Amino acid sequence: MKVQTLTLTAALALATAAGADEVRVYNWSDYIDEDLLTQFEEETGIDLIYDVFDSNEVLETKMLAGGSGYDVVVPSGTFLQRQIQAGAFQKLDKSQLPNLDNMWDVVLERTEQYDPGNEYSINYMWGTTGLGVNVDKVKEVLGDDAPLNSMDLVLKPENMEKLASCGVHFLDAPSEIIPMVLQYIGEDPDSHDTDVIAKTEEVLTGVRPYIQKFHSSEYINALANGDICVAVGWSGDILQARDRAAEADNGVEIIYNAPKEGAQMWFDQMAIPVDAPNPEAAHTFLNFIMDAENMAAASNYVYYANGNKASQEYLVEDVIGDPAIYPDEETLDNLFTTTPYPAKVQRVVTRLWTKIKSGT
Amino acid sequence: MIRRVLLIAVPYLWLLALFLVPFVIVLKISLSDIALAIPPYTPTLDFSAGWEGIRTFFAGLDFENFVWLTQDDLYWKAYLSSVWIATFSTAITLLVGYPIAYGMARAPLEWRPTLMMLVILPFWTSFLIRVYSWMGILSNEGFLNQLLLWLGLIDTPLIILNTNTAVYIGIVYTYLPFMILPIYAALERLDDSLIEAAEDLGCSRLTAFWLVTVPLSRNGIIAGSFLVFIPALGEFVIPSLLGGSQTLMIGKVLWEEFFSNRDWPVASAVAVVLLLLLIMPIVLFQRNQQKQQEAET
Repeated sequence: MKVQTLTLTAALALATAAGADEVRVYNWSDYIDEDLLTQFEEETGIDLIYDVFDSNEVLETKMLAGGSGYDVVVPSGTFLQRQIQAGAFQKLDKSQLPNLDNMWDVVLERTEQYDPGNEYSINYMWGTTGLGVNVDKVKEVLGDDAPLNSMDLVLKPENMEKLASCGVHFLDAPSEIIPMVLQYIGEDPDSHDTDVIAKTEEVLTGVRPYIQKFHSSEYINALANGDICVAVGWSGDILQARDRAAEADNGVEIIYNAPKEGAQMWFDQMAIPVDAPNPEAAHTFLNFIMDAENMAAASNYVYYANGNKASQEYLVEDVIGDPAIYPDEETLDNLFTTTPYPAKVQRVVTRLWTKIKSGT
Repeated sequence: MIRRVLLIAVPYLWLLALFLVPFVIVLKISLSDIALAIPPYTPTLDFSAGWEGIRTFFAGLDFENFVWLTQDDLYWKAYLSSVWIATFSTAITLLVGYPIAYGMARAPLEWRPTLMMLVILPFWTSFLIRVYSWMGILSNEGFLNQLLLWLGLIDTPLIILNTNTAVYIGIVYTYLPFMILPIYAALERLDDSLIEAAEDLGCSRLTAFWLVTVPLSRNGIIAGSFLVFIPALGEFVIPSLLGGSQTLMIGKVLWEEFFSNRDWPVASAVAVVLLLLLIMPIVLFQRNQQKQQEAET
């Protein structure tokens, strides 16, 4: 009994001691250059515990349950906005974040929509949702004038009917696909009107039989291996598929196109949970990430654009010079953002999504 | 006397802590309303407000979420489809499991421990990994298709992964030992002389099997079937890994309510209804077990 008590006390003491210089970060999978993590530990002497997730829903459930134990988490814009409203995050202490000066106004003014005044979060990466295309296979099926940069490619049944033979994946994320379809049919992509949202059903059920799978991460490998020829997915993921195929030298050529009808722009934001065990270390981490060279290293590794103006001079040409990652002015004007659905609308959207996917 | 009370109290405390308390919490959430807060439902019990707090708490509860379940055909379709998938896979498991159990019970005595071991051995590997490896076997470029292509039995790969067929395969594979073991236990106790007697009295081997062996292993069949049916009904992992978007099971619907809709109250209501659905087979199962025990004593 005595031994037990002793061990317990020792364990408790250890836990508190470790808590003092420990930071727990919860980020998306495949989303950082892991050398940065070691570098952070060396520079600051803070132990970094780094966990990953692969869907906003999983993160949000942890946030809303409370007591997640994380110091830094990375929700996307609309999810961040809802979690701020739920009281899940604490305001940033900007005096601890001198590197805030590095941030890019073009991104800041857009993230204000989710986080007014950018009081709770900093931008980590941003990107667009669009089309990943295996050029050779698609041209083989649809001919040389295939609409590679248009939603016609995946939303016109006559195209999809032919593409079905080589495989098409869609993101399993209604918050991405529904605005995309609304934009395509000329409605407001950010509409919260359930009657307008319902119009997407007809378009999607028309092409549904030709969609092999709805999934939000499998398409990276499937595209790279040549198992599928088209994916509606996130820009950086598709560019990762492009590079994996190039590395494997398997003759698969992947390109990413933001659809010319307009593409959704999304932002992944770093924020500190209201009950973070070590908010001070969390600020240190955020400041570390906002360092121009560190942020550039992360972008150079994952092929996503970031919201850090100062980092741009350290970006490799492959990243900063690629209009699929850093769109030109014209494309930038063509991008749209969305806001979170209220609970009742969300339910209609999820229900619609289930119906589209399962036919019930 | 005190010892007796203690002896009885332990299992009841166990049930109270591990079944009743969690159930009451889920039931409570199912009567709440969705809210944008931590936790994402309202009302929450506030003891600091005293009696008034408790009263407002109970006033905030209602059956709205259960009414909602009846209004959308998704839920009963998912329940029905789960019952169908569970029933069908239980039947296949029985068809596959019975001959195996029969063979084991008929095997020479010294082989039986080894055979038993072979049935139990897969349990030493994580359930998730075993289901995951089926993805590798059943996919378009997977082992099964490659083997069939190599043998020249098919020209184009069969699409099995992400269909209901894959779900059946997964359930049958996973729950097979639960079917084999009780049937084996029943068959092993079977007195061989009964069959000999039946044959002496003019039964063919097949008739003897139907008239003697099957009825005497009935309890094993019933126990095995329930042990497969009950977990298969609420199964989530197998349909989400092996099933496709057309696979409709209540476990998946529950996941979507909880994660995609962040609607804990409706998710809890789905769980409560699922539990009510399961009570029937569980009670039947218990009664069967009890009868068996009584018959033995």
